[in-house]
Amino acid sequence: MNAQRVHPVVIGAIVLLFMWGLWGVVLRFTQGHDLANYGSYVPWGLWVSGYIYFVGLSAGAFLLSSLVYLFRIEKLRPIARTALLVSLITLVVSLVCIWFDLGQMWRSWEILIRPNFTSLMAWMVWLYIGYALVLLVELWLELRTDLAMLAREGGKRARLYRVLSLGRQVPDDPQAVERDREVSERWLRILSGFGIPVALMFHGGVGALFAGLMARPYWHTSLYPIFFLTGALVSGGALLLAVVAFTGLGDGERGKAMMSLLAKATLGLLLFDLLLEWAEISIPAWYRVGEGYEILKVVLFGDYWYVFWIFHLLLGALIPIALLTAKPASRWMAGTAGALIAATFMAVRLNVVIPGQIMPSLQGIEAAYVDPRLLFSYAPSMFEWSVIAFVIALAATLFLVARRVLPLVEQPTR
Amino acid sequence: MATRDGPAPAPVVPQQANNPQEEALRSDRRAFLTKALAAAGGSVALTAGLTSATGAIPRSQAATVLERVGARPDGNILERMLDDLDRALAKPIHERQWVMVIDLQKCIGCKACTVSCVAENNLPPGVVYRPVLEEEIGEFPNVRMRFTPRPCMQCETPPCVPVCPVSATYIRPDGIVAIDYDACIGCRYCVAACPYNARTADFGEFYGDGLAEEVPALAGAIAMAYETRPNFEYGREWAREPGRHRSPMGNARKCQFCAHRLDNGLLPACVTTCLGGATYFGDYSDSRSLVHELVGSSRMIRLREELGTEPRVFYLV
Repeated sequence: MNAQRVHPVVIGAIVLLFMWGLWGVVLRFTQGHDLANYGSYVPWGLWVSGYIYFVGLSAGAFLLSSLVYLFRIEKLRPIARTALLVSLITLVVSLVCIWFDLGQMWRSWEILIRPNFTSLMAWMVWLYIGYALVLLVELWLELRTDLAMLAREGGKRARLYRVLSLGRQVPDDPQAVERDREVSERWLRILSGFGIPVALMFHGGVGALFAGLMARPYWHTSLYPIFFLTGALVSGGALLLAVVAFTGLGDGERGKAMMSLLAKATLGLLLFDLLLEWAEISIPAWYRVGEGYEILKVVLFGDYWYVFWIFHLLLGALIPIALLTAKPASRWMAGTAGALIAATFMAVRLNVVIPGQIMPSLQGIEAAYVDPRLLFSYAPSMFEWSVIAFVIALAATLFLVARRVLPLVEQPTR
Repeated sequence: MATRDGPAPAPVVPQQANNPQEEALRSDRRAFLTKALAAAGGSVALTAGLTSATGAIPRSQAATVLERVGARPDGNILERMLDDLDRALAKPIHERQWVMVIDLQKCIGCKACTVSCVAENNLPPGVVYRPVLEEEIGEFPNVRMRFTPRPCMQCETPPCVPVCPVSATYIRPDGIVAIDYDACIGCRYCVAACPYNARTADFGEFYGDGLAEEVPALAGAIAMAYETRPNFEYGREWAREPGRHRSPMGNARKCQFCAHRLDNGLLPACVTTCLGGATYFGDYSDSRSLVHELVGSSRMIRLREELGTEPRVFYLV
């Protein structure tokens, strides 16, 4: 798998995204927030949406990888390493995303030295640190035996593998290798036991971060933490499904069985997510009166109606459901379904973040003081999108490089 | 001479002067104030308050002058509020409870408060502490305008404070919800959390920015001279300069009842500039204060009171 070539079109797309993205990143550092369209009445925009989107992918992929360790779902084992890697990368880029959003980027470390633990945001950051540590250690435990074996084999990357394995030595003996892996497995199970609650806490916590604000009735619902976790599992599962289908991990008997299970899980989670969404929409809208109804009218039939109907419902739900239920199932159909769900989940995240802020808190405030930063409407600028392009290109590059270098498939023991 | 606390008895003949020179000096001052009063109308009340706060003229004396030219029989309101302020400042900070009362029947929608606040705090584009909400009520020919100035409510249970990840925003002992500009990371969680939209974010813009489009040679952020002058929020100098991203640029910002003025014996800028005399300010923990009297009115409401935020800004409707 490591020798598998990446299609030149993919590389070309990543290069283009990088170039466009660098334009945005340079502007972010030279001109700050000047070119961003968010303001004081819609203080959170595309980058916050991007952050909850990527961190959702991370939590979802991680929780699925934990099924292997904690619940010993062996069918999913071939994806475990890739899932951990995807979790780590999406966590990193989600934090890059939210970092660009800060008004004082160079003070972000203050959350570490003077946290206010009544704030869910402070909790988030601390949980991310714990989570990142769990991810790093888990990934290392997963790979250490193979890294040590690769280091012993020599070759031009031997030195790198020696560093990555932290100098670990494994005797050239299949039994010893097996023993080493068993030890890792035990530790992985324990770490998953820590990791799962942490992931549930931080991603449920992201939902709560929004839901806790009574000033925003659209967000202020107890369903949000559950809704966020389900969304994380759907989007993370879908992303893994796409990765499995398009990287060759789904080849062979084992691969097919894994893909079939992932496809079923993704489909089931998607249906459950739609059920929750129906609750989110029908309850405020049913009697057609109230602030929630007013906001939903904008979401469903306002200027950005297509975000819900086209991107989310059609491309992100109906077509994937058709693809996942069609017989006979094919690798391409499953992969396309996964990619569609994972990519269009950004529409769900945008429809969480933006509509929550579009209602004036007091009548007349929208016209009281006129400034482009004091509007109750928002659409991301090209500059904001370009930063997202950078983040996506960064994630893709990290993934492709890691896939080339790291033994994401178990090394044969000879 | 009038006592500090009681109403001034308006003596036409001053009390015996021990020193004729001193008496002459006093007369001069009085003459000056009377002249200024003729020239500037009601704003002299502010001047009198300001000068007395710096100790140049005892306030009681200035009040006497005003009364001689026919101030309201129940006393000048600004004078009374300044006296309330003095009494409050004589107490330890945790015993003061600053509140604001806004009489909507008196508000004429001139927005002098908005403008004076912008000037006092040297606010950049997109940052506003005290907008005036306008509502048109009824239909022709029975139409009324309702104006609602909206400072920060300085809530007793502010939704913006617990959300701050770094405790950069906090409640001062006197009830003012303040921001530590040096700590704020600019996440804007507090901005999202305020149910009154009373917090705005400083995105580092300048009124001169737009000029660059017209004059290519001036590309980049430009500041007008007045924009780089420091303001004195929270009793410190904060200067904004283009190209130097430092606080309060990038921070959340809000009305703080002009805490820097209060701490120096001055009323908030919006109070002293209110043309209709619609904005009152004082210490609610002092039952003799004007605001204490006004809050106990059947006309009193607070904005979105059902939320349980317990605002310290009261409206008379």
